[in-house]
Order: sequence, then structure tokens, then C-alpha cells
Amino acid sequence: MRVALFVTCVNDLAFPQTGRATVTLLERLGVEVGFPEAQTCCGQMQYNTGYPAQAAPLAKKFARDMAGYDAVVIPSGSCGAFVRHVHPKLAQSPTELPPVYELTEFLTDALKAEDVGAYFPHRVTYHPTCHSSRLLGLGDRPLRLLRAVEGLELVDLPAAEECCGFGGTFSVKNPDVSAAMGRDKIAHAQDSSADYLAAADNSCLMHLGGIARRGRSPLRTIHLAEILAAIKQTKETKENKGAIR
Amino acid sequence: MSGSATYIGMPSFPQAAKQSTKNAQLRANLTRATHTIRDKRARAVAELEDWEQLRQAGRAIKDHTLRNLDAYLLQVEQAVTEAGGTVHWARDAAEANRIVADLVKATGQDEALKVKSMATQEIGLNEALAAEGISAYETDLAELIVQLGDDRPSHILVPAIHKNRTEIREIFSTQMSRWGRPAPKELTDRPAELAEAARLHLREKFLRAKVGISGANFIVAETGTLLVVESEGNGRMCLTLPETLISVVGIEKIVPTWRDLEVFLQLLPRSSTAERMNPYTSMWTGTTTKDGPKAFHLVLLDNGRTRALADQVGRQALRCIRCSACLNVCPVYERAGGHAYGSAYPGPIGAILTPQLRGTASELDASLPFASTLCGACYEVCPVAIDIPEVLVHLRAQVAEHAPHTQQTESSIANSPEASKSPKFPKSSSHRAERAAMKAATWAMTHPAAYRAAENAILITRSLHPKRFRGPAPQPAKAWTDSRDLPDLPKQSFRAWWKETHR
Repeated sequence: MRVALFVTCVNDLAFPQTGRATVTLLERLGVEVGFPEAQTCCGQMQYNTGYPAQAAPLAKKFARDMAGYDAVVIPSGSCGAFVRHVHPKLAQSPTELPPVYELTEFLTDALKAEDVGAYFPHRVTYHPTCHSSRLLGLGDRPLRLLRAVEGLELVDLPAAEECCGFGGTFSVKNPDVSAAMGRDKIAHAQDSSADYLAAADNSCLMHLGGIARRGRSPLRTIHLAEILAAIKQTKETKENKGAIR
Repeated sequence: MSGSATYIGMPSFPQAAKQSTKNAQLRANLTRATHTIRDKRARAVAELEDWEQLRQAGRAIKDHTLRNLDAYLLQVEQAVTEAGGTVHWARDAAEANRIVADLVKATGQDEALKVKSMATQEIGLNEALAAEGISAYETDLAELIVQLGDDRPSHILVPAIHKNRTEIREIFSTQMSRWGRPAPKELTDRPAELAEAARLHLREKFLRAKVGISGANFIVAETGTLLVVESEGNGRMCLTLPETLISVVGIEKIVPTWRDLEVFLQLLPRSSTAERMNPYTSMWTGTTTKDGPKAFHLVLLDNGRTRALADQVGRQALRCIRCSACLNVCPVYERAGGHAYGSAYPGPIGAILTPQLRGTASELDASLPFASTLCGACYEVCPVAIDIPEVLVHLRAQVAEHAPHTQQTESSIANSPEASKSPKFPKSSSHRAERAAMKAATWAMTHPAAYRAAENAILITRSLHPKRFRGPAPQPAKAWTDSRDLPDLPKQSFRAWWKETHR
């Protein structure tokens, strides 16, 4: 099986470690990963801000870029949901698209994997981002994967189902409400006594991480892929560390 | 008792929310109340195994009725008339208010009792009647609190949700005497005492009133029967004691048959008050000779509804049965408060209903579709499956599309005769800059070489990017960094790493 990684524009530019972790993880599980280099952005920002005409060319481009692969894997619940639910409406004569998976769907549904051989000796809480839970219906897939990670202590996040307040351009159009929601989410994560707040969406984590840092919280934010890619550091792997981080 | 503030000239949602998010008391009142109702609703809904089927049935009945609304409206008119009522048609708020004021005046009365009603809040009936020298007394406990406090409702079901009982005690003690029987002298903030004070105050009015004014939760087309569901029984007092009853009802409130009510009388109480059944359900069909009002008038209200009906995506908002489940789960409503929405309909449903009923000509109305993170919690709980996020995004596109393209076209549109007719013409020019930015982004994103170059430029200059923008700065950058740090950008993009390691 040859899968195309759609890394997302946010990850490409600001969180490349998530993209690297996704590649590392998938290759470790024996998947042949390709990265169609013409790829850019799924168009969600334009569409959700009220510019569907600007999103349509990007939906068509996505279909062209991903053509010929057996599957597409996206390390983002939000972009994954947008491609699955909105792209068919935008691309008027849709090119035959390979099946599109969000990363945890691909691991649990396509690969039937829960224990992906990861080692992460930290206390972690998981925030089910709105689009990954309500639009994609990831359910307990991320939790099943996290529970199987060696050394990881998974703690419950109070009010987990509540939105973090990012909301794309909502974060800058309604900054006061957005920040108030984000501060509450960080407070809940701190109450959980976790060291790491994990999620399957770096855009939400960018907002939450920015709030945690502004508030000088010791809490760290991390994308799920980076936890699942982490392994015990043996002498051999330490020499290849660059391949993971 | 006229002076409730109106909605005209209110600040945009973000401006209003900037103030309300700082109000710790408001936030505490709202969080406690919404979380309590939210949890109770979830339990009440979980009791029914066929909830999802009920929800889809509710949606289907409403959609069918809306598709055939022309025929059902005529059926209602005929049935109500045959049952001894009089039907009036009101195109907009002004017409409805005019009709009601004239009907009250014709009775020779200068006061009327109100049943809690969203339609009359929507059209500002109390204020319109006051201008004609008619006092309209709210009799729903929470509406009474709002009216006595010269305040505005901030929630569909619990209009005084923003007040706690200490604040309510204060309002009763100082204001009841101005409008009738004063509150007992030693009034405390115990709920039972507050309820008793309201009961005594209202009883005086119930026994005196000659005119009642209501809305309706449903109109059954086959018999012309109106329904009001409530918890307190005060509504039933107003519906049965006066000699004249005037009901102002939105044209979307129709259900075809009694059998259809079976669905809604399960959906509504569980979604709104989290009860299996509400305590009082009053139904009336025209007039009867032996009991109840001698005269009944039904004012059917359009006020933007037919325009909403013409919108293929937006029309689903007309399915709304005003349960307020979406308000109680909305994280934005919880933090901004109901007043920030600037209409009788706050919360997620208000954000899609108000811009359709009123248009988006004002800055406030144009800002409402953006007052959501699109988290989808509202859609999940909606008993008639209104896809609120879908409508929000649809309305955002309308606001963005109707924004002027250039300075020149802005003034030429404003001067054209169309401008005065078109309700959808936002004054804000911020969408012009935004459209240019979105176009530029899409251009770059469809030209991979340009995209790579822009990406590299951003990363090469990363040490120069400020962590926090102060003073004059691009609005989005400042809005982000006022409360959040920007992420540290990496030395190398993912794409550059891939090229280095995989090619």
C-alpha cells in the first residue's frame, strides 16, 4: 500500500515535527509513504471564513495532487473532515479520490493497529478537538492508541468535549471569547495534572500552546503523532535521532 | 414600564463580547445555569431510545410544512375564522405592532397581560404599545424580572439567566412598587419567597386584566388550534381570564395535524427544560360561548421569514422550535452572554436567525454569522437537526460577497436605488481587505513555486518576527498576540526536510 501524506499547510510551515513524526511512524509500521510535493492547503480557512470561491480551486488541486495513491493520510482532524465532507461539494467534477484517512483512523481502521510500538514515559491528557470528534467521529480511536503506548499515563481531561476556542479565523475575529475559552481549556488540562496536552489538530494546539505560554504554564502541547512516533532511545536510535525529531 | 433598551445601534458581537467576557459575575451566573440545564437535558434525552428517529421526524414534519406553507397558512386562516377567531396578516414588525395596538385600543383598555412570547420580543411589541399609552405586563417570572429591571432578555427559555437570586431580590424590592403590589418588606433571596412575591404581584393583574397577548409554540392547521407550553401556569391565566386574546405567531409555527404534535411534544420539553412533559399545555381553538375569551385575534407574522424561506441553505433555521438547547451547550454564548447577540434570539440559533430575519445591513447583524467557532455542539443537540454550522458558513459567504469590492463600487452601490431596498449590505469595509488576502492566499496556494518561496521567506526571517504586536500592527496579528504567544517557527519546513531525506 502506497499512501500519500497530506501534511497540511499549518504543519508544513509551523509544526514540521508532526509531519516528520507521521512519516517515521508510518514507515516504522511498514507503510510506503509518498509526499506529493505540489500539495499546499485544503482551503478550509477560505471556505469557513466565507470565501467558497477561493476554496474551490484548492479542492480541485487536492484531488489532482493525491491522484494515483492507494490512500491519503492527514495528521489533522479538521483538515481531514473538510476534505471528506466539503471537498465533494466544491470540486464540481471530482477526480476519483483515494480514500482519505485522518491519521488515527488510518492506524486503527486500515492498519488495524493499536499498539504502534511507541514509548512515551509521561503523563498525558487528550483533548478531542471538535472537528475530529463531531465531524469525523474519531470516538475512542486516539485513546486506544494512547493507552497502548508504553510508559504513558493517560489522565482524564475535565470537560473534554468543550471547544478550545480556536475556530480558525474566529480566533482573531472574536479574540476575547476565543482566549477566554482557551484559558478554560488550559485550566482544565492543568487540573488533570498532565505534563502534556495532546490532540490530533495542531491549529487548536497552536492556540492552546500560545495561551499556556502566555500564562507561563508548565503544561506542554503535543500532537498525537509525535507521541506515537516516539520510541525508547537505544544507542542505535540515538544516532538516528534526526529522523524522528 | 416601557423603557427596555432596543437593539438598534448596538455594537458588533466582538465589541459587546469584549465587555461581557470581563464580567466575572455574569460569567459565573451563566456557567452555573447553562451547565445545570445542559446536564439535565442530556439525561432526559438519553431516556428515549428513539431520540434520533424523533429528531429526524421533527425535521421532516417541519420541512414538509415549510415546503407547503402557502397552503397550510390558508388552511389555518379558514379554520381559525370558522372557529370564531379573526386572522390578521403582518408583513413586518411595524405592521404587527400597529395591528395589536389598534386591537387593544378598540377594547377601550390601556393595559394588557403578556404570555411569554419570542415573537412579541422580536418585534418590540411592549415598546410599541408603550408609545401608544398601553402598558403590557410580562407575567412569565423571568420576563417579569427582566421587565422590572428595565433590562433585556438574554436567553430564550430563561430570559433572566444572567441574574442571580440576590440581584433578583434587589429588583423585586426596589421596582415592584412602581408597577403594582410591592414586594414584602422583609424579602430574602430564598427562591420560594421570591416566587411568592411574584405570585402576589401578578395575581392582582390577572384578576383585573381584560386583554391578554400571547405567542404560540404551535398552530395545528387542521383545526386552527394554538398551543402554548409552559412551566408556571401564568400563561394559562392570561389565556383564559381576559375577555380579548391576541396571539402574535410567526408563520413557521404551523404543524399540519394533531398527530404531528406527538413528535414535538416529546422533543420540546426534553430539549428545553429537560422535562419529560412540561407542566402546563394550553390549547385553544377560536372562541367558545361558555368560557374563556370572547374575542380571539391571530396575527400571523412574516417579518423576514419568507425571505429566509427563499434561501435553500438558510431556510432550515425556520424549523426552530425555540427550545434553547443550542444556547445551553454553546461555549461562545456561555462566555459572551445573550445580550451580545443584540436580538431576541441569542446564541447559535440567533446567529443564524437574526441575520436572515433582519438582513445584515448593520455591523452587529453582519458580525453574527462569525460569532461561532463552528464546534458543532449546537447541531448535536438540536431537536430538529438544524445544521447551524452549515448555515453560519453559508451566511458568512453572503456577508463577504455582499461587502463592497472596492471603494468606488461601495459608494456606487450605496447611492443606487437598490441599496435602500437590499437588506444585505454590510457597512464594514474590513471584508474588502480580507477578500484581497484570501485571494492572494489561494493564488499562492495554487502556484506551488510561489508557495515554497513565501514559506521559505517566512522561515528565513523567523528570528525577526515579534512575539507580541503592540501599537499599529495588522489587526489579525495583534488580535492573536494580545492573549496568545505565536509558536516558535522551525528552521526548516516539513517540505524541505522531506526533500533532504526522501529524494
